[in-house]
Amino acid sequence: MKFITIDKKDWARGIEKSRETYKLFGPVKDKSGFLIKSLENDTLPDMEYHDTIMSAKSVLFPQTEKILETTLDESKEDHHIMKRADTDYSPRAVVGIRPYDAKAIELVKLNFDTDDYRDPYFCDAYEATTFVGLAVNKPGPFDFSTSAGSGPFCEDGLDILLADLDDKFLAKVLTGKGDAYISACGFETSADEKESLALFDILKKEAQNNIVSHIDTDKLKEKTILELHEAPFWEDVAFSCINCGTCTYVCPTCWCFDIQDETKRKSSTRIRNWDTCMSPLFTRHATGHNPRAAKTQRVRQRFMHKLKYFYDKYDQGIMCVGCGRCVKNCPVNIDIREVCNILNSYEKQE
Amino acid sequence: MDTCINKIRELSLKLLEENEVKKVIGFAEGTIPMATSPVTITRKQDVEKLVFNSTCGLNLANYIRNQKDKIAVIAKGCDTRNIVTHIVENQVQREKLYIIGVPCNGMIDKSKIESLFEDEIIEFSEDGGKLNVKSSLKEEKLNKSDYLRKNCRLCMHKNPVIYDVLAGDLVEEQNFDNPYPDVDEIEAMNSETKWQHFEDLTKNCIRCYACRNACPICYCPTCFVDESGPQWVGKGQDKTDVNTFHFLRAFHCAGRCTDCGACVEACPMDINVRDFTRKLNKDSFEMFGWEAGLDIARRPPLDVYSPNDPDDFIK
Repeated sequence: MKFITIDKKDWARGIEKSRETYKLFGPVKDKSGFLIKSLENDTLPDMEYHDTIMSAKSVLFPQTEKILETTLDESKEDHHIMKRADTDYSPRAVVGIRPYDAKAIELVKLNFDTDDYRDPYFCDAYEATTFVGLAVNKPGPFDFSTSAGSGPFCEDGLDILLADLDDKFLAKVLTGKGDAYISACGFETSADEKESLALFDILKKEAQNNIVSHIDTDKLKEKTILELHEAPFWEDVAFSCINCGTCTYVCPTCWCFDIQDETKRKSSTRIRNWDTCMSPLFTRHATGHNPRAAKTQRVRQRFMHKLKYFYDKYDQGIMCVGCGRCVKNCPVNIDIREVCNILNSYEKQE
Repeated sequence: MDTCINKIRELSLKLLEENEVKKVIGFAEGTIPMATSPVTITRKQDVEKLVFNSTCGLNLANYIRNQKDKIAVIAKGCDTRNIVTHIVENQVQREKLYIIGVPCNGMIDKSKIESLFEDEIIEFSEDGGKLNVKSSLKEEKLNKSDYLRKNCRLCMHKNPVIYDVLAGDLVEEQNFDNPYPDVDEIEAMNSETKWQHFEDLTKNCIRCYACRNACPICYCPTCFVDESGPQWVGKGQDKTDVNTFHFLRAFHCAGRCTDCGACVEACPMDINVRDFTRKLNKDSFEMFGWEAGLDIARRPPLDVYSPNDPDDFIK
């Protein structure tokens, strides 16, 4: 395992140097709070941030993405024939992504990259991206990542994991992609492997011990779908829900999308937008029939998908990494930790 | 205001015991600091779950439509104005509602309080006009009056305008020579600056529609942005489509908005959605002497024709 020490005085210069090869994304402070954005010009990733409002999924799966295009000009030979849009898949790096967000991208990949189907837009973006993680030294009060299959020092989905040591970063290089990025930055000061491993271990334990929020998922697998689906608590869980899309849009693991065709004069594009299962339109059929017309059905769908269907289908835990964004941002404070514990402890009354 | 909770619980218990109402809609304690959650109470033993404090920023009039039985609702000043609007617009019947009015001293601006801290808030409590807020790095004792939401600071109807019973003593109302200083500021901008102001305002919008869905007057069975056959508005992040949503929604609220602030409260991106609606509130006030939701006997100005309607725009 390779470890590199990066003095913070050299940080900016290295990141700037990496721009020669990489397009950069990272946390920046905006009037709404911290967001993951494309780092234009000389903007550096703000490594002092705690959490970003939106996750890093948009780097690979933008809220609106042009996927196909064509011309409607019938004098052109290839009119009305949709072709792949010209998207830039040159190397990009997300610098400062949180470990739970990188883990989430691995979960999203389970859906977009399967044996049966490979989503070219997500997969090409994934191939192009290097994930430079920033470990969470001080987890916040809503971070329940350790009980949701991730954690403050989780390495899943990362190419590099950085630990902030006040005046320097200690980088754990996890993959070939990570090695290439470190080289592109010109960071070369090796750190002793044994010492670094020990230090990471201490920091990880310390961070994990600081996590105060937990969920129980141990009994979800043994419940049947129908007993949870027909359980009596859903009306209560859903009462306060206003059916906005906040929880699904801030969620790093929600992957649902909607395809739209838009035309302007003689050009036509096919775009893919994030969609939300909280909206009645999500399931409305062309006939007008809606299998999830009522809000309770939609709320149930969101939690059942995350905590049961996904778990059963992929056997890789729940579709939640415990970042706590939906808990913090839900306008009516519907808390997935509570819902998860209700499901996990539910016993059907005979 | 913080003492009225005992009265709210006592009244709710009595209403349920005497079967006067089937349920009580109010607020319950949230799972995180500075959060409360709308709740429906049907069993007497659950009355203790009800709370009322300076974090109850949503509008409960949003939860009272389509009810079969008579219900009770806990309503602060702005909530009651939206109840009036619902009655005028035939969304609820007065006799199906038991209104527990709460004279209100204003709700807190959670974003403003959060911005004082570098890390997450882990504790929040209030005592009269004092707020006690704690993160793992520091503790702040704040005056609530310095941290009121913008709409609450300019509120002229803190007391319920319609109710069956009050849960507390009436509070003193504020009066302003100019209730719309924020709108004046925007009006004074030149076109370019004004355009930029609104461009900046919506640039982080993620179209989650939390503003619309938290709004008690946005009750259309199908919102124009959700029309799909034919589709009226693009669904993507194109700024023309994003702004079309905000502009049109604001116009649909003209003469109906009570400036309750639920839209801003709900927005995850901290967009001051009221910058759109306030201008229309001001126009309604100046042209028609109208403030929404004060009188169940009066139709809203855009709903009726009167020979006295301003017609200066006809040249």
